[in-house]
Amino acid sequence: MSAPLKPLPAWADVALIPLVNVAAAFVISGFVVLAIGENPLEAVQSLILGALGDLEGIGYTLFYATSFIFTGLSVAVCFHAGLFNIGTEGQAYIAGLGAALVALHFGFLPGYTLAIAAIIGAALFGAAFAAIPGYLQAYRDSHIVITTIMFNYIASAIMGYLLVNVLRKPGQMNAETTPFRDTALVPQFHEVLAHFGIIWPVTPFNLSFLLALICCLAVWLLIWRTRLGYEIRTVGANPTAAIYGGISPARVTVITTLLSGALAGGVAANIILGDQHRLILEFVGGFGFVGIAVALMGRAHPVGIILAAILFGVLYQGGQALSIDMPKISRDMIVVIQGLVVLFAGALEHMFRRPVATLLARRTTQPPI
Amino acid sequence: MTVPLAPAIELIAIDKSFGPVHANNNVNLVVERGVIHGIVGENGAGKSTLMSILYGFYEADRGEIRVNGEPVRIRSSREAISHGIGMVHQHFMLVPPLSVLENVMLGAEGGALLSEGAGAIRKRLGELGREYGLVVNPDATVGELSVGLQQRVEILKALVRGAEILVLDEPTAVLTPAEADQLFEMLRVLKGENKTIIFITHKLREIMNLTDRVSVMRRGEMVATFDTAKTSPPELADAMVGRKVILKIDKGPAHPGPVSLEAHDIVVRDDRGVVRVDGVSFVLREGEILGVAGVAGNGQSELLEALAGIRSLSGGNIVFYGDPLPPAERNPRAERLLGIGHVPEDRHRVGLVMPFEACESAMLGFHREPVYGKGVFYSRGAIVSDAEKKMDAFDVRPRAPLLKTANFSGGNQQKLVLAREIERNPKILLVGQPTRGVDIGAIEFIHRRIVAQRDAGKAVLLVSVELDEIFALSDRIIVLCGGRITGERRPEETNPQDLGLLMAGVSERAA
Amino acid sequence: MEWFNAFIVVFASGMRLAVPLILACFAGLWSERSGIVDIGLEGKILVGAFASAAAATFTGSVWLGLLAGIAAAVVFSLIHGYASIDQRANQIVSGTAINMVADGLTALIGNAIWSQGGRTPQLPAEAQFGVINWPFANEIGAVPIIGPIYQHLISGHDIVTYFAFLLVPLTYWALYSTRFGLRLRAVGENPAAVDTAGISVRGLRYGAVVICGVLVGLAGVYLVLSQEAYFQPHMSAGRGFIALAALVFAKWRPWPALATCLLFGFLDALAIRLQGVELPIIGPVPVQAIEALPYILTVVLLAGFIGKAIPPRASGIPYVKER
Repeated sequence: MSAPLKPLPAWADVALIPLVNVAAAFVISGFVVLAIGENPLEAVQSLILGALGDLEGIGYTLFYATSFIFTGLSVAVCFHAGLFNIGTEGQAYIAGLGAALVALHFGFLPGYTLAIAAIIGAALFGAAFAAIPGYLQAYRDSHIVITTIMFNYIASAIMGYLLVNVLRKPGQMNAETTPFRDTALVPQFHEVLAHFGIIWPVTPFNLSFLLALICCLAVWLLIWRTRLGYEIRTVGANPTAAIYGGISPARVTVITTLLSGALAGGVAANIILGDQHRLILEFVGGFGFVGIAVALMGRAHPVGIILAAILFGVLYQGGQALSIDMPKISRDMIVVIQGLVVLFAGALEHMFRRPVATLLARRTTQPPI
Repeated sequence: MTVPLAPAIELIAIDKSFGPVHANNNVNLVVERGVIHGIVGENGAGKSTLMSILYGFYEADRGEIRVNGEPVRIRSSREAISHGIGMVHQHFMLVPPLSVLENVMLGAEGGALLSEGAGAIRKRLGELGREYGLVVNPDATVGELSVGLQQRVEILKALVRGAEILVLDEPTAVLTPAEADQLFEMLRVLKGENKTIIFITHKLREIMNLTDRVSVMRRGEMVATFDTAKTSPPELADAMVGRKVILKIDKGPAHPGPVSLEAHDIVVRDDRGVVRVDGVSFVLREGEILGVAGVAGNGQSELLEALAGIRSLSGGNIVFYGDPLPPAERNPRAERLLGIGHVPEDRHRVGLVMPFEACESAMLGFHREPVYGKGVFYSRGAIVSDAEKKMDAFDVRPRAPLLKTANFSGGNQQKLVLAREIERNPKILLVGQPTRGVDIGAIEFIHRRIVAQRDAGKAVLLVSVELDEIFALSDRIIVLCGGRITGERRPEETNPQDLGLLMAGVSERAA
Repeated sequence: MEWFNAFIVVFASGMRLAVPLILACFAGLWSERSGIVDIGLEGKILVGAFASAAAATFTGSVWLGLLAGIAAAVVFSLIHGYASIDQRANQIVSGTAINMVADGLTALIGNAIWSQGGRTPQLPAEAQFGVINWPFANEIGAVPIIGPIYQHLISGHDIVTYFAFLLVPLTYWALYSTRFGLRLRAVGENPAAVDTAGISVRGLRYGAVVICGVLVGLAGVYLVLSQEAYFQPHMSAGRGFIALAALVFAKWRPWPALATCLLFGFLDALAIRLQGVELPIIGPVPVQAIEALPYILTVVLLAGFIGKAIPPRASGIPYVKER
């Protein structure tokens, strides 16, 4: 059995240690900023102002957070089954294809049913693409980590080919499709609010956010309140016991990857249907990998994922503003922070237990002054 | 006038805790040179911890170790080896894909290039083989050797490093009685050469048979030390447990009913494709307990898994109340629906999900049933109350359905598994090693419940490596050796020696 | 004869394309044989590449570039080692973190220093590894069959390439004929056996991790100092993962690993050769298909031919003394 971990009070386990882990990631990032010759505190200031300083910033922040909720949920669902799905990036990309195909060819659908159908198309395509490595892991023992990484590159190649040669709007220089008709789009918040007479700045923040929240609730219910969720968790915790209990790990693996891919499709809804209104190259832009950090930081629980997603939303939007204020700190800084979060919240998650436990013990034995 | 030799090993006031668990509590032990000294105790008494400290695996929190009269600090296995202490572990410390020679050389290679030391070690192996009868082919792959031969390699490893003090931890757990006798002979030869032997076991028969002195541990403390010749199994058992031990339970006669399960020429392979069950046939009736005896590793595990539907059959078939079970129905889920309950041999790895709450572990295998919630979602209330009912019925402590399964003691975990499998009122109960790692109080409880099932007209198949348990519970006994049934007996018509022969492969149905 | 010569030239090109794969693959081999799973090879290639590019640009010395590249990769390897060995982390998560940090950090620092979007300046020829031509390569080259083989396959590579090929028999010998190799193989299968034999499991695994860092750093160094002559963000392009796939396919054995890496390299070279070429029926091969070929092939290999590839038994499992 595993080595005994230092015992900590429950609140420290659930809240304090994760916070300490994330703080460590930021402290080290601060040192990196120093190393390239900029002031970390100024950087933080610029970042937070850019993300939360005005309604426009907040709108963008939440727009990014929406994508991160979807990718975080996608990775988290697989975590519960003991699977490490690094392929959310590619799955979201292919999901975009599904959304675009429906939006472009199912125009006969009335009203907003087209948008809904497009979202479903995204989910289906994402699910199918994720199920291939899922199936290979379940029935061919192909390590899902390697296959999903490979499929990310394959997705890039497929979509690149299609956008350049097949789907490109005729006469266009850019590799992108014709813009979608209005009924295929997910409305943006500022448009909706305008209907009620509230004026908000124009941002890509759209109703996919609500869909993301619904997905959070749905995932929570699924994992902890349904029979399928029980089977997923059992396979993740102990596959041998799962078999004993009449559960098929192979079947659960495939179903889980299907769900995971479908959730990744939410990114397509948010970006393609909610903002870009056409299919473009590489629209996922690394958000699939952010999902890994979000899932780890959020301990694979929907509440944690929402919080972590918002944090990364702040980082992305703030990072944009920051890279304009301080050009030396390019957008790659966010990837570094993301990697450090994965390192401290994922790999080194127990590193601070002993110092924290000692600190807490010392404080409780302090005589009251 | 001769000066008395210092004792080979002295452990003085050894104290070791793992968090809240006080594994060794002020333990004192004196082992004289050239003696076979046994250490007995129940599971969890602290014997293995004590020996791990002696071997440098752990360091004691307090206390002193002396080897041959000299105080020493043993902080690593390397230091233990340098003091002439060699250990034969219960779970072999061997590397299966490597050869015997490579395994023996590991840590004593004799040079940066393997070629430098290989010749000398080969020679030494030959010498040891002749001296003690420990003959093994140095180029054989360890993973392909029998368990008895693997143990020989373990012993050779210690001897090659010049061990003068040999510690053996439950060495007969995986040996047939005949192989165990061979081992004892070899240990006596070693003793004759003034080597000191410390022998850990929980089998009192072996202590009486082999040792010169015996120390008893109980709950982390060294309770007593006897001259073996001057003590007896009941006295030792008393010291081990601290109260009068009832080694038999009250069991009325069996009233076997109709046949519930038949096995016809079952063949089962393991994960590597090796045949483990080789044409086994038997009949199981309602209202009887059929005990399957045998040394661990002779096919019982695979047989149990095949009967439970976890492993597929490579030959033969299983008949359930007169109807053959087709492959489609030979999976855990279908079998549970038919009414076949299964208490697996390994509750950690198979029977329970340690990170889950107890109430969730209590659902495993039955989690799809409507009792836990009609409709799509579970009802937490229903799950918790069902777990409480089970815990009440089987006296699982603490009565905390929300507590993590890992935090229950072994006996209570096992009772939870039993509660789960029995409360569904199965027609057939398959039970594997029900009291492994379980304290005596829980053992009695579990044995009573198993007999109660039989009295209620259920058919029980009991697989156990503990002959005491087999004798105490079974109405009929079959013995497995090498995947075949070597004999069938009624408990009143046989004894451990007789079964031992059967377990060693002396079959009545000799080819 | 023409097609034979053409084949040799393509094969030679394939050999050179295989070099970073071989180095990364063997880096992974040493790590995994000791029980440490390393999917961070990709990131460490980047780190080795960037550090060598930066050092070579600043000092003008190819050897200082080499040292810097290796040192950087070893540092990252030690981070992964610390997480895996002392912190008993999930090794896949740790490797993923390394990849992300390396990817971002190399681009960030590169941009901060040179402001070219993360690219480093083109290195002059003195700061690169030059081609080593064996004596009389051109003359012997005229001889049929042996000639082209001597001229293109044996002669005409840079020193890193030669090292990469030498690495294979060296690894084989070290693993199976030395004390260190025996202990390493043992610790990847049953670390408890090694521990009770009085050998430090930790020491062995850290040693393996350092060897891994040296070799994978060298792979990155090769990309810059032998191949491209500059660093570009994300330039590893999945090689670290392909090397991993090759390792699994070769079942963690040295000679099959070499063969697999050569296969990938050869296909890569062939694909480049076929670019724009019109094949019967299909027409011009789309560039994306060529790009995707190694990845598709990896998936096909993993799905189809491996069956049960059994890794070292203790692979990925942190070693904890049993209670």
